Amino acid sequence: MVRTRQIKEILIRYVFFLLAFISIAILAMILFFLVREGVPVFDEVSIKNFFFGKYWYPTADPPDFGILSLIMASLMVTGISAAISIPLGVMTAIYLAEIATPRVKEVAKPMVEMLASLPSVVIGFFGMVIVAPFLQNIFDIPTGLNLFNASLMLAFMSVPTITTISEDAISSVPPELKEASLALGATQWESIIRVIIPASLSGVSTGIILGMSRAIGETMVVLMVAGGAAMIPGSVFDPCRPMPASIAAEMAEAPFRSDHYYALFAIGLVLFVFTLMFNFIADYISHKHRQVGAATL
Amino acid sequence: MAEKTAARRKISQSGFFLMFRGAALINAFALFIVVFFLVKNGWEAIDWTFLTEAPTDSMTKGGIFPCIIGTVYLSIGAMVFAFPLGVASAIYLNEYARQGAWLRAIRFGINNLAGVPSIVFGLFGLAFFVTWMKLEVSILSGALTLGILSLPVIIGTAEEALRAVPDTYREASLGIGATKWQTISRVVLPTALPSMITGGILALSRAAGETAAIMFTAAVYYTTQTPSSIFDPVMALPYHIYVLATAGTNIEQTRGLQYGTALVLIALVLGMNLLAIIYRARLRRKR
Repeated sequence: MVRTRQIKEILIRYVFFLLAFISIAILAMILFFLVREGVPVFDEVSIKNFFFGKYWYPTADPPDFGILSLIMASLMVTGISAAISIPLGVMTAIYLAEIATPRVKEVAKPMVEMLASLPSVVIGFFGMVIVAPFLQNIFDIPTGLNLFNASLMLAFMSVPTITTISEDAISSVPPELKEASLALGATQWESIIRVIIPASLSGVSTGIILGMSRAIGETMVVLMVAGGAAMIPGSVFDPCRPMPASIAAEMAEAPFRSDHYYALFAIGLVLFVFTLMFNFIADYISHKHRQVGAATL
Repeated sequence: MAEKTAARRKISQSGFFLMFRGAALINAFALFIVVFFLVKNGWEAIDWTFLTEAPTDSMTKGGIFPCIIGTVYLSIGAMVFAFPLGVASAIYLNEYARQGAWLRAIRFGINNLAGVPSIVFGLFGLAFFVTWMKLEVSILSGALTLGILSLPVIIGTAEEALRAVPDTYREASLGIGATKWQTISRVVLPTALPSMITGGILALSRAAGETAAIMFTAAVYYTTQTPSSIFDPVMALPYHIYVLATAGTNIEQTRGLQYGTALVLIALVLGMNLLAIIYRARLRRKR
């Protein structure tokens, strides 16, 4: 009796282990299928020409499969959106964690969560019908669907990620550190900038990197708002075509298992590797510089 | 002299605090302005026929009923698959796993899965569910794709719920002779379940608004039939917005429909979120 009970317990434990293991299995399968459907493109185009080729004309004859302009567009929207979202996100986090009264916080925090939950297609739609005409008018430019508009929309999609993770990091700084600083005669502001921020820097950086990772992989916004021209943008008001937009826009037209289809999967693989890298960096920072306790400073 | 610097320090503090408050306000303003424009321009499109009828006249008139049904099927289907799996993973991570290589590997998998872009999930769904498993473009393919996309969110919130169960509960149960599994199934899970459901609702709302993951796996521009089985393709709210706003021949003419559809979608998504947030706040207060 006792023995069957023990066996049952062990079996249950293994079942749960297997179920938990599915996450890694899925990750491995994603990588496998992207490689399987993407790598055949390199029969058609060399790795060098794929990454550094400036021309993306997948339906021309002969086709050009150079994704440099797509990679550059992705990096540029991510970079510009980061220039907006990092200050905004981190400042909001400091406000929520250190300055806001509990009652304000009770309203402001759900607000940030709601911002995170707006569907990307709705933000893309908003950027298309409201922001684009507005930009076109005030800057007097040929089209409002451009690099800048896409970056602006992406910034508001990554702010919630940056804010939530940074706020957690700032709130978990031991109160002794702040109390010691205040006792030495520093103002609240001086304590925040010289003590609390340095102590929570690893958590804040993790938030920033994950926010940027969200921006580089976001699809609907860049598909609807970035303008779609496959060229390296010369100014912030030029239209561009980041990697996710290319995949989403062209997959429906690419014949099954054609070179174009393989090329789009290869772009997906590049995107996957990019976000994986962002994750590795975030993971590295949060482990390397973990804030353990008051005594470690 | 000393007083002057003290005053200056005070001033610079209030200056910076004002700036931070401003940053927080900008976010609130962004949320407000998006909702404001959608409500203002979408309000008129919405009436009973809009919500209960199918599109007519090559999608330039009529309603969005098939899209609402499609989105409900897809997001609930995703939860049917992902919620039990996510909760089971969380139980392993929080109740069974010991520090070590396996735990690190599983955490690595979950963290990285959370960072995978939704378009990559879409590609995977196309290559695996649609093509390899021969499920075709269908509710099932889309729901499975959305399910694996939501998995990390569900695991995260379920783990948090399990962590919030005090260890004294477990010790008391084990102390009166219950096995580990009896303790988990009869003590820990019932206590954690309300918070887990909150997480499930959040994941559901995220799945409902997802577009890129379903555009190759489940959603179609237009279909006349309402789906009769899980192997049929569907129309879905997010994809409908995208199609009307970018690919239609009468983009300007259908603007009202686009606003209306977007308004229905955010009402659905934000409504579910608000529900989860209020429910969670009440759970916290009870504790």
